[in-house]
Amino acid sequence: MRIPLSWLREFAQVPAGATAEDVMAELVKVGFEEEAVHRPTDTLQGPIVVGQVLSVVKEPQTNGKTINWCQVRVVPEGQQQSLTGDGIDPSGVQGIICGAHNFVEGDKVVVTLPGAVLPGNFHISARKTYGHLSAGMIASVRELGIGEDHDGILVLSRIGLDPEIGADAMELLGLYDQAAEINVTPDRGYAFSIRGVAREYAHATGTSFTDPASKVQAPVALAGGYPVKLNDDAPIYGKPGCDRFVARTVRGVDATRPTPLWMVSRLRLAGIRSISLPVDISNYVMLELGQPTHCYDLDKLSGDIVVRRAVAGEKITTLDEKVRALDVEDLLITDGSGAIGIAGVMGGAATEVSDSTSNVLVEAAHFDEVSIGRSRRRHKLPSEASKRFERGVDWHIAGTAAQRVVDLLVELAGGTAEEAGTDVGTAPDTVTVELPAAFASERIGIDFTEEQVVTSLEDLGAVVVKNDGGYTVTAPSWRSDLETKEDLSEEIARLVGYDQIPASLPVAPPGRGLTRTQQQRRRLVQALADSGLTEVLAYPFVSKAANDTFGVSTEGTPRKALKLANPISEEQGYLRTSMLPGLIEVAKRNHSRGFRDLALFEAGLVFLPGDTLGTASIPPLGIKPGDEVLDGLYDGVPDQPLYVAAVLTGHDSPAAAGHTPRPWDWADALDIARTAGDVLGVEIVVSQGQHQAFHPGRAAKLALRTGEVLGYAGELHPKLLAAHDMPARSVALEFNADALFEAAADVIVARHISTYPVATQDVALVVSQEVPAEEVLTALREGAGELLEDVALFDVYAGKGIEDGKKSLAFSLRFRAEDRTLTADEASAAREGAVAVAHERFGAVQR
Amino acid sequence: MTETLPGAGVPNPLDEAAITAAVDQAVAAIAAASTLDELKAVRLAHTGEKSALSLANREIGGLPKDQKAAAGKLMGSSRGRVNKALADRTAQLEAENDARILVEETVDVTAAPRRRRAGARHPLSTLQERVADIFVGMGWEIAEGPEVESEWFNFDALNFKPDHPAREMQDTFFVEPPEAHLLMRTHTSPVQVRSMLERELPIYVLCPGKVFRTDELDATHTPVFHQFEGLAIDKKLSMADLRGTLEHFARQMFGDEAQIRLRPNYFPFTEPSAELDIWHPGAKGGPSWIEWGGCGMVNPNVLRAAGIDPEIYSGFAFGMGIERTLMFRNEVGDMRDMIEGDVRFSEHFGMEI
Repeated sequence: MRIPLSWLREFAQVPAGATAEDVMAELVKVGFEEEAVHRPTDTLQGPIVVGQVLSVVKEPQTNGKTINWCQVRVVPEGQQQSLTGDGIDPSGVQGIICGAHNFVEGDKVVVTLPGAVLPGNFHISARKTYGHLSAGMIASVRELGIGEDHDGILVLSRIGLDPEIGADAMELLGLYDQAAEINVTPDRGYAFSIRGVAREYAHATGTSFTDPASKVQAPVALAGGYPVKLNDDAPIYGKPGCDRFVARTVRGVDATRPTPLWMVSRLRLAGIRSISLPVDISNYVMLELGQPTHCYDLDKLSGDIVVRRAVAGEKITTLDEKVRALDVEDLLITDGSGAIGIAGVMGGAATEVSDSTSNVLVEAAHFDEVSIGRSRRRHKLPSEASKRFERGVDWHIAGTAAQRVVDLLVELAGGTAEEAGTDVGTAPDTVTVELPAAFASERIGIDFTEEQVVTSLEDLGAVVVKNDGGYTVTAPSWRSDLETKEDLSEEIARLVGYDQIPASLPVAPPGRGLTRTQQQRRRLVQALADSGLTEVLAYPFVSKAANDTFGVSTEGTPRKALKLANPISEEQGYLRTSMLPGLIEVAKRNHSRGFRDLALFEAGLVFLPGDTLGTASIPPLGIKPGDEVLDGLYDGVPDQPLYVAAVLTGHDSPAAAGHTPRPWDWADALDIARTAGDVLGVEIVVSQGQHQAFHPGRAAKLALRTGEVLGYAGELHPKLLAAHDMPARSVALEFNADALFEAAADVIVARHISTYPVATQDVALVVSQEVPAEEVLTALREGAGELLEDVALFDVYAGKGIEDGKKSLAFSLRFRAEDRTLTADEASAAREGAVAVAHERFGAVQR
Repeated sequence: MTETLPGAGVPNPLDEAAITAAVDQAVAAIAAASTLDELKAVRLAHTGEKSALSLANREIGGLPKDQKAAAGKLMGSSRGRVNKALADRTAQLEAENDARILVEETVDVTAAPRRRRAGARHPLSTLQERVADIFVGMGWEIAEGPEVESEWFNFDALNFKPDHPAREMQDTFFVEPPEAHLLMRTHTSPVQVRSMLERELPIYVLCPGKVFRTDELDATHTPVFHQFEGLAIDKKLSMADLRGTLEHFARQMFGDEAQIRLRPNYFPFTEPSAELDIWHPGAKGGPSWIEWGGCGMVNPNVLRAAGIDPEIYSGFAFGMGIERTLMFRNEVGDMRDMIEGDVRFSEHFGMEI
């Protein structure tokens, strides 16, 4: 909401020298955020005066254009030019070149004299052009920054003005006024008006306030006016779409009269363009009182006005000349011809006022917030009217607003008001709230006095009656948001001042600290960073193709994914089922910025919808749903486990003197996954894996001992890397971190540490090439028995001395007994036992 | 060393002058040796089997009995002098040698390569952890929830009326199909609702996490950002408790001088509601109040939605943006720096914030 200060001053005690900033500083105290300042003089400086064109000499140019060499009087004849400076002619007549042609000798115009500055930091000075010294400019509204029209200069005579020559044109055009723009929260519809803001300004400053409504003399009752019927047969939530309709008639209006400049100026500062006098008046009254009104061309109306819901298939052409198909829920203003307006949203084209209109029917109605909001959304028609109706308009102001429009049409458009008028509808029940005496103090933490409570509420316009336990409060008609004792507490605190609230620190009961899962996540993420990886946070929005490539189930089929109904970009319209697409995008961005050696990781949620998706309905607010309904809500939310993924490209470290960096390879990806397992105390079982995004021979499946698959690690598929313009041999890993957390033991049981000497034995086994080393190692472990402390693969060899198609795996076995020093024979026997199992399973023979 | 060569005559072990001369000669040669190798040669020449002193010593055996003692004494002290000189010089030369080796081994430490890459945490993550730690230190617990939520948890349970403009102001991402009433949570408040439904009273929880709004990415907006929201439900909580909690938190984050300001505002889920500003003495363009977040007393309808009796319990809630906090606390000028994953951004922050 923009508030022109001159307007606010009519109803509130704003100090003479106050700026828009000063006004905002006061309003912020009562809860209106500062948005902007609109002040023409920030970009516009005089001297800008009224001039009269004395002579126009048309001078055709070689480029085909004709320019006008004008003599313009800027000081009344017989008076001295009081201005001095470069380019100011002491004679009071300026020679000016002008390219526009919409004026004639004798016209009064706006002259920007040398020394003036126009929006865009355009300095006016006397300059040589077209063979003359042009000392100033005859301005258009666009050049002055007060309109879009640039077809010609602003001719004052043509907007009904005959100001004195030399008068300050900035004063005339209202350019010394300024507006404060504040943000109005959606609960405070009443503040979308000068009336509401002036009252709030008075609250903020503790000064007096004049209600603009009190200046209007509206008749107590109206009768005999244009027939209007309220026929809502399908109210929403049981509330009738229209519960008041005031109609007034003004005859003999001259719709072509120019709107007075003071009104144009205020509308402009408030952000509304001047259109025509009747429309400007309607808008002006809306801004002043908060009640949207509409002017119909009475002679275009036929039959009774009926307010009703649309029927199926009904259409309307709105003011913007668009044909709109109506929904049966749309509330309409209709006459004998059909729909003439979408109630509270936009009027129809067929009955709008035009230059030829002479008889006007003024509508000031009260509509249901929900109904207007739905129509506005449905037709994507946010208007100044719908904005106010949706947030709630004072039911009681309609008659006053209609009268104010009538008065202005009489005063400015030369119309005659009819005494007869229409006022139909039923006032809503007044809401009273019981406010226990101590409630506000307890809720806010300030010990309010009775006077503070009562005065604050009365200042708002509420009626306060003291009773046994507290107060019975009737909220003012323009504050439909005041429905509970909590609402009233806020108002009292707001008017007394939030800065009066003291500070006290409540003590929470002894807590548990972070949960185990929270600790595990921190540990895991920190371990990856400590291992040299850089954490990044990518968006979860990905393409279908990316999900299908990376987000595959253990069976190898693409996972189901969630699609957004309104994504930022259709291309990235899905929620990730894998973290890798996001990481690869980040890697590519870093590449493009010159970073080729990368180790990136991210921990985040992936979205894995199951068969149940959401719930068909949503329980109402303000009541705890039943257990079954709640279970349904919980179950409908898709599974969203925490995944961890990493992408490594290029080398493990920067090249440096005396140091040769090592290219990342598939084993690094496995190593990182195993580090993750190590820090959480969970063994990750690795086996040869198949995943379409990975190199078919260099991918590992990561699993728990139970067989549950955690994810994949290895080299990315060469074709995929090429398609993404990524360095060859880039590697990646991804695993389900939640599953890893769950697998970690709650309590780790300590092992006894034997201090007897170790017996180490090496064994080299020849097996077929395709036998995985990990499985041979498992066989050895199982065959070695209890004496085995550890076993490790320390060499893989194929080639000379080994049969084709076979390889030699060298293991080191470490034996130790709990209770004695092992003999060489005991250790050898254990080793033979180990080899025997490897032989049995894989035909392994000792080399 | 020619003068010390053996064979020039074996001195008489009783001839003190000759023996002393031989000793002096030996000591001089020892002192003159400048390397351990030279010293070794000197040792062989003067204490070896064929050295003058050794030969003289051997003569003692052939001396008359009564002279043996005197000769033995002379030879003993003489050889002792030589051995001591040898030992001293050896120690000295070894020390010099050791020192020289260390000098020779000198490297240019400024040319050391970085062999291991330094990893880094994202500052949004570390800041989130820091905030959590402050509240854990106050006895609060950390609660989390899903990012795709049921509309009920995100709106209805929080007292957003189905047709209220406040609902639209949240610029929500909806998930298909619309009949399923699923969306990307627009704030972490649904976690508050879940906490109220699932926990025992009283409740003091902090809910950090990712949230989503349909804003295009630019210098000050991002469709994906992070929040932390606090919720306290207890008997007799007031706005003063809210203020005290926020003040304590602000001082942990920004130092003892930190100040906060509450301004009236509107949120469907709180009543009264307030905007929270923090005094930023180092703000660009001079000290000023910076909008930090929203807060208020939990609306009774929200308590009712979770089955909590608003006549017995009251509560307060607050929420702030992590990105915004990082922007003014650590002077991040452009939202995109936090989003794009440029490694320079994270690496500059390291592991702590």
